[in-house]
Amino acid sequence: MNLEPTTDYGTPKRVSEMLVTLEIDGVEVCVAEGTSVMAAAVDAGVRVPKLCATDSLEAFGSCRLCLVEIEGRKGYPASCTTTVAPGMKVRTQTPKLADLRRGVMELYISDHPLDCLTCSANGNCELQDMAGVVGLREVRYGYEGENHLKAEKDNSNPYFSFDPSKCIVCSRCVRACEETQGTFALTIDGRGFASMVAASENQPFMESECVSCGACVQACPTATLMEKSVIDMGQADHSVTTTCAYCGVGCSFRAEMKGSEVVRMVPNKEGKANRGHSCVKGRFAFGYATHPDRIKTPMIRNKITDPWREVSWDEAINHAASEFRRIQAKYGRGSVGGITSSRCTNEETYLIQKLVRAAFGNNNVDTCARVCHSPTGYGLKTTLGESAGTQDFDSVMKSDVIMVIGANPTDGHPVFASRMKRRLREGAKLIIADPRTIDMVRTPHVEASYHLQLRPGTNVALINSIAHVIVTEGLVKDGFVAARCDVKEFAKWRAFISESRNSPEEMEKITGVPADRVRGAARLYATGGNAAIYYGLGVTEHSQGSTMVMGIANIAMATGNIGHEGVGVNPLRGQNNVQGSCDMGSFPHELPGYRHVSDDKTRAQFEQVWGVKLDNEPGLRIPNMFDASIDGSFKGLYIQGEDIAQSDPDTQHVTHALEGLECMVVQDIFLNETAKFAHVFLPGSSFLEKNGTFTNAERRISRVRKVMPPLAGKEDWEVTAALSNALGYPMDYKHPSEIMDEIAALTPTFTGVSYDKIDELESIQWPCNDEAPEGTPVMHVEEFVRGKGRFVVTEYIPTDERTTGKYPLILTTGRILSQYNVGAQTRRTANNMWHDEDRLEIHPHDAEQRGVKDDDWVGVISRAGDTVMRAKITERMQPGVVYTTFHFPESGANVITTDNSDWATNCPEYKVTAVQVSLVSQPSTWQKHFREFTETQLDLLPQHETSKA
Amino acid sequence: MNIERLVRMANDIGNFFKAEPDHAVAVDSVALHLKRFWDPRMRKEIVAYVDGGGAELMDLVREAVLKLR
Repeated sequence: MNLEPTTDYGTPKRVSEMLVTLEIDGVEVCVAEGTSVMAAAVDAGVRVPKLCATDSLEAFGSCRLCLVEIEGRKGYPASCTTTVAPGMKVRTQTPKLADLRRGVMELYISDHPLDCLTCSANGNCELQDMAGVVGLREVRYGYEGENHLKAEKDNSNPYFSFDPSKCIVCSRCVRACEETQGTFALTIDGRGFASMVAASENQPFMESECVSCGACVQACPTATLMEKSVIDMGQADHSVTTTCAYCGVGCSFRAEMKGSEVVRMVPNKEGKANRGHSCVKGRFAFGYATHPDRIKTPMIRNKITDPWREVSWDEAINHAASEFRRIQAKYGRGSVGGITSSRCTNEETYLIQKLVRAAFGNNNVDTCARVCHSPTGYGLKTTLGESAGTQDFDSVMKSDVIMVIGANPTDGHPVFASRMKRRLREGAKLIIADPRTIDMVRTPHVEASYHLQLRPGTNVALINSIAHVIVTEGLVKDGFVAARCDVKEFAKWRAFISESRNSPEEMEKITGVPADRVRGAARLYATGGNAAIYYGLGVTEHSQGSTMVMGIANIAMATGNIGHEGVGVNPLRGQNNVQGSCDMGSFPHELPGYRHVSDDKTRAQFEQVWGVKLDNEPGLRIPNMFDASIDGSFKGLYIQGEDIAQSDPDTQHVTHALEGLECMVVQDIFLNETAKFAHVFLPGSSFLEKNGTFTNAERRISRVRKVMPPLAGKEDWEVTAALSNALGYPMDYKHPSEIMDEIAALTPTFTGVSYDKIDELESIQWPCNDEAPEGTPVMHVEEFVRGKGRFVVTEYIPTDERTTGKYPLILTTGRILSQYNVGAQTRRTANNMWHDEDRLEIHPHDAEQRGVKDDDWVGVISRAGDTVMRAKITERMQPGVVYTTFHFPESGANVITTDNSDWATNCPEYKVTAVQVSLVSQPSTWQKHFREFTETQLDLLPQHETSKA
Repeated sequence: MNIERLVRMANDIGNFFKAEPDHAVAVDSVALHLKRFWDPRMRKEIVAYVDGGGAELMDLVREAVLKLR
């Protein structure tokens, strides 16, 4: 149950060109064919009483409260399960119906506690509302008979409680778990009066298959499933619509507030990215925003061995500015730079790149997309002409074949995974290419037709063998290619890909994937109808990441699977604003809108508006900054919202580089791992404390709205503007909307974007301009952005990272549902109850060879370094491959990863590291040093006792 | 900057473009990539390396780097 300000139609909206006219309580109404009588009644201004119906779920017809009379029909049909018919005459209010409804309510209430005044749902309870609506005045059955009033409460979940004594067995939670989330963790256990909602095999929620997405809580019409925050704080008094700060799905939420405190986050039904759904992170894991570890006062120090000194904002910012100017005077204009973060807003990232280009006077700006989706930018720009995914999320509901490559949507992008699973349950076919047996390979009511379980590092060999089948078996859509693509480049590619060395049979030796499976998958992709590709960091974070992205674009173009609904090439972005941070000119070679810094015309436009001369040479990328620091030519760095000391590969190389800086300014909400090497700390604001926009994986620009004052007194964009002013380059914005206006004025794909437009449309997918005033859900419809689609020859080049006798296993890394990237946010929430340490997943065969048992401490050593973590033995891994998450800094997952990178973009090769695994009895040397260093750094904080707690 | 790393990065670029059947196009593509994506100090160092013989660079890359002078 939630404070839903929008209308609940009771049943899902139907879309049809066929309209049906009927009469409800004397009011004529015209609705789409297939609409329920209940939903049609809403259009007629009539609210039919209901309990088991809500418009996020298909009609169920169990509560018997929504009965109506229909002229010419016998009995009292349920309005939720009865669809409209032409000329139908419906009556929703008659004495008989009133009598029936009161009778039903009496039965419900006879087994429901009468504790409304002390109930957490008081004032927001559909059962209470319906009792009022039907005019319940007595319960003739009394409370002495058999009932469930003493049923035991399940408080095992940290975020919500399950109180079966309040359950009316409407099955909304069960159906939400099935239809909305697709996990099927809940059921109705028992029959008749003994029927009860049960999690998995009648287990406590935390021990069940429940993924804590909250769909059941949202669907519950009573206080049976209720957020503990509501139980503690009471009902909210207002709500503000904003956008989640976790993954690239970019879910819209209503922050339900009591004053300036968040009571709960409720997924927004009107949100076009999430359509009213959520996951455990977005819905529940927002407590980090007010965690005691938050640093709320600016701090400075001369050396990283000095104690931090709390100072005023002015002193901190002036100190940072003078240090940057001192460094530039001593080492040159190019000796300083900045790093933006995908966790920050578009406006913030825009300002940082502007500060670097206009105030620092160089192009040394980069963003964390460097280490995740920079190959997407390069690969899609080269082939299609735009550095972005081609579809909206709704498009998946028109797909007949879904190919997931190097992504784990149920963990990384859970809300979109639920949409995907819904489409798969409707009959779409699934192809998965992944070294691991991810959940989607086989999950309730979903089973992949093909799981191409390739060896890590062989993506390009696999995509080439798929392309080979498409070309040599005559599956190319010749008409599409001839009309839409560069035929000369296509001919070159066709000749290359047709060579027998690219056949599945030859490539099987490299990929390990049986040729017949590759052939089957290729045929399905090419001939199965609308085929869409969704991919993640398992594609990009390789030495051939960019090549693989282009290989994906090649097969999409060859089969005509681009330019309309249901198809496309869709990068699943890791963080909330990966797309946006790239759009905003965060890369050292590109100005906002992906225009190269060497382009005189573009630069002139920016120079005119910004009033400065801009450098026409590309700047340093993040890994280049590290190398330049070690080399001595790079000495100052401004980092906002990014934790490179934890997230970037080859940790010891990174920290060595950070130690070489004379001034590092970190702007963050916590003293993250990077900040422990900083000289200036500028306290940041969480997504709840500022205004701005995020752009999600489908190019959707959504508003981030301030729901509480910034804990440190400033929104992040204000801090950057102050720093720029102190550097002598004026920034005089009164509100982030003015920054967006400037972005729109300078970026052709954003010319139609403004805060007013976003408010009007809820969100906007760029390009939004004169040609597409309300945005662009699907790109490349008539022609590719670059004109003709460009096929690129994608030769498979094996990575330099090879297994040997010394390093016989391949380590690959990834995320888990409950934690988020470096974990700075989720580790400071109860999500730790699901995952409180990074584990090394290892196949039973590899474990047995090494005498490793579950939970044993194992050393993991690579050419870059070594660390120690506990083992988890699982057949999800293939023999020879081990896996870990990277959410906990003390795990040192990136101590092991190497400095190998994508040839085009320097995106690190996180997914392939040759390692050895062995039993150990103590932490690694690095871990011991890490602990000592961390303790020292916390001792240097002014309030170190609090931070240690 | 670490010249071994720069050489490795440059050779990785060369390895991609060597699939281009037209050698002149391949050389230009490598040169353009370096020009568009490498900071000037990185280009300066790889040019200096080639001036010193450029032993560890692929022939294709060496040719391309010469175009950056």
